[in-house]
Amino acid sequence: MVQSISTLKCASRIEILNEGGFRSDGRRQYELRSIEIDLSQQGHADGSAVLTHGLTQVLVSVFGPREAKMRSQTIHDRANINVELSIAAFSAGDRRKRSRGDKRILEFAAAIKSTFEPVIQTSLYPRSQIDIFVQVIQQDGGFLQACINATTIALMSAGIPMIDFICAVSGGVHSTSPLLDLTLLEENDVPNLTVAVMPKTRKVSLVTMETRLHVDRFEEIFKLATEAGQVIHGEMKAAILKWSKGLVKSMGHGNQDRDGGEVDEVGFD
Amino acid sequence: MDIDDYEDFDSSGSRLTCPGESLTSSQAYMRGHGTYVDSEEVIASVAGTIERVNKLVTVRAIRSRYNPEVGDLVVGRITEVQPRRWKVDAHSRQDAVLMLSSVNLPGGVQRRKLESDELQMRGFFEEGDLLVAEVQAFFSDGAMSLHTRSLKYGKLRNGQLVAVPPILVRRLKSHFLTLPCGVDLILGLNGYIWVSKHVKASEQEGEEGFDAEAVYSNVNDEIDEATRTAISRVTHVIRVLTSHFIPLTDTLLLEAYEWTVEQETNVRDLFQQDFGDALVASITVGR
Repeated sequence: MVQSISTLKCASRIEILNEGGFRSDGRRQYELRSIEIDLSQQGHADGSAVLTHGLTQVLVSVFGPREAKMRSQTIHDRANINVELSIAAFSAGDRRKRSRGDKRILEFAAAIKSTFEPVIQTSLYPRSQIDIFVQVIQQDGGFLQACINATTIALMSAGIPMIDFICAVSGGVHSTSPLLDLTLLEENDVPNLTVAVMPKTRKVSLVTMETRLHVDRFEEIFKLATEAGQVIHGEMKAAILKWSKGLVKSMGHGNQDRDGGEVDEVGFD
Repeated sequence: MDIDDYEDFDSSGSRLTCPGESLTSSQAYMRGHGTYVDSEEVIASVAGTIERVNKLVTVRAIRSRYNPEVGDLVVGRITEVQPRRWKVDAHSRQDAVLMLSSVNLPGGVQRRKLESDELQMRGFFEEGDLLVAEVQAFFSDGAMSLHTRSLKYGKLRNGQLVAVPPILVRRLKSHFLTLPCGVDLILGLNGYIWVSKHVKASEQEGEEGFDAEAVYSNVNDEIDEATRTAISRVTHVIRVLTSHFIPLTDTLLLEAYEWTVEQETNVRDLFQQDFGDALVASITVGR
């Protein structure tokens, strides 16, 4: 088997892909980790979501569109998007406190902001501000992908108009075999990238790499990640629809004493 | 995906969608709020229910900030005092504006605003003050302008504010409610609800005796123990109902209030999850 030979060649401490084609956590090459989406209300945020990819967990709260706290930040013809990212000190294996001014954190926040700028219809809210607070609770690889997916869900639950979903997946290459949705263990060992796609138009709004990846391998892994984006889209859409259904149903309970069904059946002839 | 074969009706007959879902063709239909047009297709841009009026297709978001309309009653909080105007936080996408010329000034009947009024604007409303007002008009950028030119409107005191999602406050005949337990309610359409001690109509300041001291007063009246308990009970009932996403109506609130009194429990028991669930179960049953 080609794979097993390559595994042996790369004599690292851990086996990224074993001879049976399994990864260190028992997944196959293209298998994604389990996704959990919790849309319950967090404090008085306009929209919030807790998203879990395997052991990576991110909490996002969205406030807005609302009056900008600083007048200098207002833009006269569209809303300003403000992203703040914080990583909990206990989130990774080694306890480490990062300050808010940490360059790496600011860079991630800027990446999230530029990912969402093209999809949010900011021109509908001139002079307003949309605040996105991202909190990383647990880190086990792919934390940028979790941040982006959670932000998509939180923005939707806040009723902010968006052109499309944004679904992000990380991918890497172990010698010649591509892997999807990397854990921290794999992320430290193989060259990797994160891709964020809009599932409807298949446009890509973010590709980021912190390691070096051979140019011949790039196309393959990039295509795979775009495909995986569609799978994640399905999960996210199901979660949003389930949440909306629940809320519409409970709104119906209080309504029935008034004038019965007030919403007409919608049909297009 | 065409809308005709998109089967996702829930029990109430409303259809749900989410951003990026194509709804119909833009040649046959007009796009409304919550949609956009791309390559001759009407596509949803928010997650919510699809509504259609003739040829107009709109998607109404499940939860969103307050979208003001002229004539709406709102409860707001002063955030800033500017020359000739106040800025008011009304849970909307921008702070609302309350012009000095659209408030009732002391001295009775309508009169021109003087420079001296401008200098003592903080005497009327200060940062942090709560007020009830009506949406008067919009500015070109979509910000709303408020007015308090009625004796029903003005500064709020003797009570407590609850913020709820604006969609849970429906348009009612009157947004000023009086519950039999001696509590007044102001249901702001922006989702801010003011719960206060009941003031008899006769004790409210009349047009002739328009008294600046009383209308713009910052001092609470004497509130007895029973009223305080009633106020906090009503606020808790509102919080429990809205956390279960149940729209507020006067009958529903009263029913819920009576149920909590019947249970003979402490007000703080309402904080408990199971007690709240029982409350919701009791009022939704048989509906």
